[in-house]
Amino acid sequence: MTNVLLVNDLVKHFPAGDGRVVHAVDGVSLELDRGETLSLVGESGCGKSTLGKTIMQLHAPTSGSVMVEGREITRLPKRALRTLRRDLQMVFQDPFASLNPRVTVGRALEEPLIVQNQGARKERRERVAWLLEKVGLPADAAGRHPHEFSGGQRQRIGIARALALNPKVIICDEPVSALDVSVRAQVLNLLADLKEEFGLAYLFISHDLSVVEYVSDRVAVMYLGRIVEVARREDLWARPLHPYTRALLDAAPVADPSRRRARRPRLAGEVPSPTNPPSGCRFRTRCPIAIPRCAEEVPHLTDARDRHMVACHRAFEAGTFEGGALAERALAGAPATPRPGGAVASSPRSIATARL
Amino acid sequence: MNGILSFARRFARNRAALAGVLVLLFVGAMALSAPFVYPSDPWDMVTMPFVWPGEDAEVWLGSDMMGRDLASGIFHGAKVSLTIGFVATLLATLFGTLVGALAGYYLGLADTLLMRVTELFQTIPQFIFAIVVVAILTPSVTNVTLAIALVSWPSVARLVRGEVLALREREFVQASRSIGMGDLRIIATQILPNALGPIIVMGSLMVATAILTEAGLAFLGLGDPNVMSWGSIIGAGRDALRSAWYITAIPGFAILLTVLALNLVGEGLNDALNPRLKNR
Repeated sequence: MTNVLLVNDLVKHFPAGDGRVVHAVDGVSLELDRGETLSLVGESGCGKSTLGKTIMQLHAPTSGSVMVEGREITRLPKRALRTLRRDLQMVFQDPFASLNPRVTVGRALEEPLIVQNQGARKERRERVAWLLEKVGLPADAAGRHPHEFSGGQRQRIGIARALALNPKVIICDEPVSALDVSVRAQVLNLLADLKEEFGLAYLFISHDLSVVEYVSDRVAVMYLGRIVEVARREDLWARPLHPYTRALLDAAPVADPSRRRARRPRLAGEVPSPTNPPSGCRFRTRCPIAIPRCAEEVPHLTDARDRHMVACHRAFEAGTFEGGALAERALAGAPATPRPGGAVASSPRSIATARL
Repeated sequence: MNGILSFARRFARNRAALAGVLVLLFVGAMALSAPFVYPSDPWDMVTMPFVWPGEDAEVWLGSDMMGRDLASGIFHGAKVSLTIGFVATLLATLFGTLVGALAGYYLGLADTLLMRVTELFQTIPQFIFAIVVVAILTPSVTNVTLAIALVSWPSVARLVRGEVLALREREFVQASRSIGMGDLRIIATQILPNALGPIIVMGSLMVATAILTEAGLAFLGLGDPNVMSWGSIIGAGRDALRSAWYITAIPGFAILLTVLALNLVGEGLNDALNPRLKNR
């Protein structure tokens, strides 16, 4: 067994108050291998953060299962869940809201160890000092309060806290989207270094494709509570199979004024309300290639080739996109239509740092 | 430590609040020094009745219709008023915070039950309710304190519930849950310390209300008959209001000054503890 995190058919519905139900996460399955970074991308409101928090058991799942290291963590009594939480930690989006303003940094880092009954006071202090060093903060940071630090430094503190219990998996919920562009690269590089050193696996939630392209091994694309495509990063950028993924990649700005983008029709309309999602394929209301079948039948994630999964009825048809069926091309291993004007990252780190 | 210093600096910038603190310190000093400055019982007749203030240096604030020293009454009364005010507020704040925190954190059934009970208490006019409670329990310092606490906790509960509702969704609370911290520990170490500002402000204003309520009860003869409070002096002096108005006016002025000071301090705390006004 190589996966450290296995999410199976996870559902999270919220009551909307007027008797209706918000389908925030609707049957999501994914797996995360040891030492792997799986990014979760999608528009605001598609349920990425809810998915992260439901996996983290911060929201009680409506149904479905979450296994960490082969152990089920949903629907557990609080005590049993407490010990299992060690393996699964989270870095939050807003470094200004994720630290208690009244607690010193040292105390904030010690809290996980106290709660989990790890080590005597002296050992805990040593561990805190070690954590601060690992995330590149001075040792005297322990005695100070969060407001004395910048956003980037605070996010380092948040990362140190997630690291305190030696987790196997860290869910990073938009960890750099609240940061200045100038410090994003530093924090991303820190995450990359820690991953290498401790063999961490990340579930990296983001709406920023340039960041995702930089950090990911694999990418899952989410639309309105469901995953529509999962593939290795290079595969996804080179051969997007789902019309939504294509639209998403097309919409990303290209940081090169000399390349002109080809004009391709943009997605029309708004994301439908998650209280009343469309029948069948949820993307059909905005999909340029929708057919009647899409309204009747829910497309399931299907392996197109070598763990490149897509949930689209038309991905396997001939002539769906210009120049023939996407999946056929992918299956044949032929180079797909290059993304208009889009540079395929040959060296992601250099591109991302140059951009940032 | 730094936080306390900068808080003190912000607070000191507000001159009115500083004046309020001085008045309160003075009243507190009166209360503490009463047994030494006026060692005899304030109920003792020490001179002729109806000595006006300034007439006799021995009883500089005058005497009442029974020849009791008013100055001694004011000093000893300060102790009673402040004690009842602060203890009642402390009890109400502790209980209200407990109820509000549980309701706001757990929501659902706990919230519904606790808040309906809170509303039940809020629908009864505070002062009338306090009169009824004291009348049932018989007047004594303890019972008056309990009655005042009983009528004032609901507003604390509502305030705390609101604060907890806002704080429980904050990311640092979620972070605490994700490390496996238990609910009670989260409430005590993560949420309540961040709700302390508004609670303290409300508490300081509640002391003023409690002192007024106590005075009102004593005025109506529902104070502890064995201790002299500002309210009971006013209550006794009311019979001689036309011939010797100073008997009611002097303790009345003491109440006015103390309540005003508490309100000024409350305002000052509010400004100093409210981060949005930090740079004002």
